Amino acid sequence: MDIFMDFGPVIADAVNRAIDDLVIRHGDDFEAFSNVMLAVLVGIEGWLRSLPPPVVLAAAAAAAYAASRRLTLALGAAAGLWLIGSLGLWQQAMQTVAIMGVAVGLSMLIGLPVGVLMARSDRVRAAVLPLLDLMQTIPSFVYLIPAAMLFGLGKVPAILATVIYAAPPLIRLTDLGIRLVDAEVLEASRAFGATRMQMLFGVQLPLALPNVMQGINQTMMMALAMVVIASMIGARGLGETVLLGLQRNDSGQGALGGLAIVALAIVFDRVTQAVGVRLQSRAARRG
Amino acid sequence: MALIEVRGVSKVFGPKPQSALPLIAEGRSKAEILAETGHSVGLREIDLDIEAGQIFVVMGLSGSGKSTLIRHLNRLIDPTAGEIRFAGDDILTYDIKALLEFRRSKMSMVFQHFALLPHRTVVDNVAYGLEIQGVGKRERRARAEEWLETVGLAGYGPSLPDELSGGMRQRVGLARALCTDADVLLMDEAFSALDPLIRSDMQDQLAALQARLRKTIVFITHDLDEALRLGDKIAILKDGALVQVGTPADILLHPADAYVESFVRDVNRVRVLTAETVMKPPRLRITTENLDEALRQVRASPHDFAYVQTADGGGYGVVTQEGLEQARRSRTSLKDLTHELPSVQPGQALEEVLPVALQSQFPLPVVDESGELQGVVTKKAVIGVVADQAEARAARAEAAEGDVEPQPSEPPAA
Repeated sequence: MDIFMDFGPVIADAVNRAIDDLVIRHGDDFEAFSNVMLAVLVGIEGWLRSLPPPVVLAAAAAAAYAASRRLTLALGAAAGLWLIGSLGLWQQAMQTVAIMGVAVGLSMLIGLPVGVLMARSDRVRAAVLPLLDLMQTIPSFVYLIPAAMLFGLGKVPAILATVIYAAPPLIRLTDLGIRLVDAEVLEASRAFGATRMQMLFGVQLPLALPNVMQGINQTMMMALAMVVIASMIGARGLGETVLLGLQRNDSGQGALGGLAIVALAIVFDRVTQAVGVRLQSRAARRG
Repeated sequence: MALIEVRGVSKVFGPKPQSALPLIAEGRSKAEILAETGHSVGLREIDLDIEAGQIFVVMGLSGSGKSTLIRHLNRLIDPTAGEIRFAGDDILTYDIKALLEFRRSKMSMVFQHFALLPHRTVVDNVAYGLEIQGVGKRERRARAEEWLETVGLAGYGPSLPDELSGGMRQRVGLARALCTDADVLLMDEAFSALDPLIRSDMQDQLAALQARLRKTIVFITHDLDEALRLGDKIAILKDGALVQVGTPADILLHPADAYVESFVRDVNRVRVLTAETVMKPPRLRITTENLDEALRQVRASPHDFAYVQTADGGGYGVVTQEGLEQARRSRTSLKDLTHELPSVQPGQALEEVLPVALQSQFPLPVVDESGELQGVVTKKAVIGVVADQAEARAARAEAAEGDVEPQPSEPPAA
């Protein structure tokens, strides 16, 4: 006896029809949106690629030093980027940094307000949490197919896929950070007649900052983890190098791409971690 | 009219707070209401009048509802039933805008664990209230620095709160509350987290500040000594209900019930009570220089002596009837007859009065700052206070161990 109902074709048809419908009715809107994003991305990418590598190395070292006050980290950051250039992957790395930068920026734009709303309302939280679980577990290809249809192949769907995958930790940690703010401090702010906005920007966000920073770090790492998948729908960069290695059965090239991605990840991770640690130690010294 | 009037305020925590109100009206206990409805009673039918310019202490153990009560005064918590008026205004009718304005200008608050903003410097913490109000940076910093100086923290402006000790941090909290120049200072267990020595220091500093500023202070504490030391008036809360409201002397001398009694029994009364609280109305005071007239007045009075002012500053002495009679014959002046007495100030603790009173054969004059004779303290009255306490202690010692004493209950904190 067959106990199963036959939902499969029904759902698949419905999804296909919905996507077709979207393409037909709102195709122009999606294209307009896509063009705006593309313009931003291309602008950043062009600027990064036009910079002389020594300037980028110096900037990375300066940022690392500002974040950690440690000379070793500053030198390490510069060395990491130098290694990537020496692997012959400088241009690709800059493309990847641009995509990652836009994806992380977009994640923050979406993630911070959503995190704030979640912290403020248990109902919003209950609604958003399963959505975050879904975003983190559903295989990227599932939404890459319609994304490619809506936005065309290339960088824009790659960025959207990256945001879907990378934004959840930032949202979770923003929510957590705000919920962990000392209730008495918040109450003091209320007692002095602060508005909700004054409480948010004067107390909650500043005190949640170490956790938010941790979230940004996580988001960056996950964005980097997406570069190979993103390259499958036409995003250029280090992911493409790995993908080419795979397609051409060229393990050497794959290794080069992988090495460069890891180097990039280490640099970004250490620098943002250092910012987080400094914020954390400032927060921990109270109490 | 009192500055703050609390009328019939009840607070119930739970999903349907209104449902517990009839049970409160019936006088059911907190535990019963919790068992029956699952609602926790924070406050039950509180009536309070807090006068401007006084330190009003609310005392109770944890879970008595004292922190809940103080948060009603600036509406950090809204009551389930009842009215709260400030200077005649019903603050429960305020909309958000009026409420924010009220919190900014009328009420400020000091917290048990200081509640300073850890990411801001001390001076910016003190200036926080002004910043909320939109006062410019230069002005608010200048005013904050002044208050820092007042609380003895001049020069600590650029430090971060976590670089200061607990006592210093609470001074920052105090300066922050004073900086908005609000009429009312709400102090929620403000000194409870401090070491005893520092706490006593802070109490002195608060008393000194209050003598100068004359704010209305609502002070929450679980420490009776602190309440007696600071309070012009004390309200005692138990399980969300008011047990007694009165002056420190009222509370000590006339505890309303066994619960209050259990609190005050171990207080050293001689240290806490003042001459004022045991003084009797002034006896005959002679103002004439004429001996015959003086003698007539003394004879007409029930006592055989009278008080005479010996100096403009407020020194007093006594003349006896016998002395007056002799003097009429020997023609001495009233001044020479006068037997000088040490005088006592109304606010002086009995601890200091006791030895003097024991040595004097006449009741000691109680003289206020302007040199007026307010009353007299008799040896008997002072000894009575000591004897009462000793007697009560002896009676308790005699009573067997099976004695049921009112146990201060410790329900979950609301």
